[in-house]
Amino acid sequence: MELDIKGHAPAYAYTGGKPFAAALPCVVFIHGALNDHSVWTLLARWCAHHGHGVLAVDQPGHGRSGGMPLESVEALADWVFALLDAAGVQQAALVGHSMGSLIALEAASRAPERVSRLVMMGTAYPMKVSEALLTTARDAPLKAIDMVNAFSHSGMAAKPSFPGPGAWLHGGDRALMRRVQASQRDTNLFHHDFSLCDRYAHGMEAAALVQCPVDVVLGARDQMTVPKQAREIALALKARVSTVDAGHALMGEAPDAVLAALRRALG
Amino acid sequence: MPGSSDPGFDTLALHAGAAPDPATGARAVPIHLSTSFVFESSEHAASLFNMERSGHVYSRISNPTNAVFEERVAALEGGAGAIATASGQAALHLAVSTIAGAGSHIVASSALYGGSHNLLHYTLGRFGIETTFVKPGDIDAWRAAIRPNTRLLFGETLGNPGLDVLDIPTVSTLAHEHGLPLLVDSTFTTPWLMKPFDHGADLVFHSATKFLSGHGTVIGGVLVDSGQFDWERSGRFPELTQAYDGFHGMVFSEESTVGAFLLRARREGLRDFGACMSPHTAWLILQGIETLPLRMARHIENTRKVVAFLAGQKMVEAIGYPELESHPSHALAKRLLPRGCGSVFSFNLRGSRAQGVAFIEALKIFSHLANVGDCRSLVIHPASTTHFRMDDAALAQAGITAGTIRLSIGLEDADDLIDDLKRALKLAEKAGA
Repeated sequence: MELDIKGHAPAYAYTGGKPFAAALPCVVFIHGALNDHSVWTLLARWCAHHGHGVLAVDQPGHGRSGGMPLESVEALADWVFALLDAAGVQQAALVGHSMGSLIALEAASRAPERVSRLVMMGTAYPMKVSEALLTTARDAPLKAIDMVNAFSHSGMAAKPSFPGPGAWLHGGDRALMRRVQASQRDTNLFHHDFSLCDRYAHGMEAAALVQCPVDVVLGARDQMTVPKQAREIALALKARVSTVDAGHALMGEAPDAVLAALRRALG
Repeated sequence: MPGSSDPGFDTLALHAGAAPDPATGARAVPIHLSTSFVFESSEHAASLFNMERSGHVYSRISNPTNAVFEERVAALEGGAGAIATASGQAALHLAVSTIAGAGSHIVASSALYGGSHNLLHYTLGRFGIETTFVKPGDIDAWRAAIRPNTRLLFGETLGNPGLDVLDIPTVSTLAHEHGLPLLVDSTFTTPWLMKPFDHGADLVFHSATKFLSGHGTVIGGVLVDSGQFDWERSGRFPELTQAYDGFHGMVFSEESTVGAFLLRARREGLRDFGACMSPHTAWLILQGIETLPLRMARHIENTRKVVAFLAGQKMVEAIGYPELESHPSHALAKRLLPRGCGSVFSFNLRGSRAQGVAFIEALKIFSHLANVGDCRSLVIHPASTTHFRMDDAALAQAGITAGTIRLSIGLEDADDLIDDLKRALKLAEKAGA
């Protein structure tokens, strides 16, 4: 569905294969760097068909959402609430992956009364990005996409395949990043998104303000956000930590295990 | 894994899509000869049918062994995914039927495998899908043939019968300028010789019967999607961008930004037309793929030796192999096919139809049959077999002479192949005396 968001370009949100119902408990899925809503489709469909209203968003300047990408995690957190306002939703569970997990964290700290649950997947804090990767992202984004794609997958046979049998996750994820990168002619979106992760410095302060139950879901073989780098923020959030047998692309590599963790998180 | 780059081709050929079986520890890919798969619960069943979970329900739609084959080919091609089909013909039909219907139009190279030409020219025409054929090297003709109802451009990496190299970068650019995808039949080259997606193609299919299997044992096909074509932006493909009543009102391009085509192809075409692959076939082709890099290297090595031999024979008047400077696609082949131009080619024997027959019948190692891409060397004489009803004038129109011989070079000792050809050439010469 398309949402007219105050002060922003119209935004797209995938609703899980059912019309969005604002009266149902809402789950907002927030994707990571250089991704879009389609990394969530299995989880989003499950939620939409099990009593939730689902908004799997494309962030500004990503996928089907218009406008320019926003300049900070904090600005994206505010945008999430503007999106909820546009959808007529007062309170929602926020589920974020990687960069999206930082946006969800920051949002949960800014308006704790509007966030019922916080689920951070494939996360770390601080989410520092190596200078080498940032430089490659700036100078040779397609090469950087290949590097990140290789680092994000823990093996060559993730079953059951995402989004279905016959899908080669490495190839699909690379094609998605290339597509999202190509959608912005005037902005190097890869460099923008990774810089945004690197710059976010409000995580511990934000954690102190979060009031809802928190779940952290990690990939045991994640080389992008290594599990031990999530320990401190998880402690600060008093989070329940679940670890699945996957790398950074955990929703694709271990969709059933991630669904199980999400079901626990959503109660 | 993981590293800073994806694994190389040889590693993917052995491992992509497969891991030791979690139930038994079996290292090789098991053959899952089961029509259907038990649900964990009613809720699990519903979630599989509704695409809330990934998994297998019924082997016409998907199967664990087939999925390994599909993912492996997708990995080797650099694609987002693949679908195994009953044959290469079924793969072509699945590609077309997913995005075209009555009233649609296709622009295709005229240098096609006869089966593909039949499907496009005769059979699909009966169902309201029209095809305009153009010479593969005539870019202006490709451009001129595109109409408002065109849905697809289609060619072969190496055209039939003359091995015209398809200028994929140019034809794909033209296709994309018109919001259209380029489909490529990559059977003769395999991803070891060329990855069409790297040059701009959007969809690839193979007759996996040929080099992917490599052993002449099974019939199979596979259709691969690059995930790169933007169906939404094109605006020509409501099959992928609007709700499909036949599957939960799903809008495939919303479900998967890069996998919309394969979702529809599997959820409609494979489900309804039913041209699926047997898991046993998938397993046999996987055995072939594991040695594809080794076999292709040997195919090319042997082919180059045989071509060099034939080039020095007085009974041979023309060899259609793009690595030769005399071939019209030579420059393009150097650019797009630096590893080699496959192991199937034709040459013209000086002499009559009868001498062609004598040549074929004298061969002892080359098998006389209608197939290519086997590990064994194969031969056919079109004038006395596939085109036997044609007179010499009609043959000439098809680019074939009474002495045209097609070879598919296998993996035997090259010296033995050359000795076999040498003896047959002598006997053919005597037959004309």
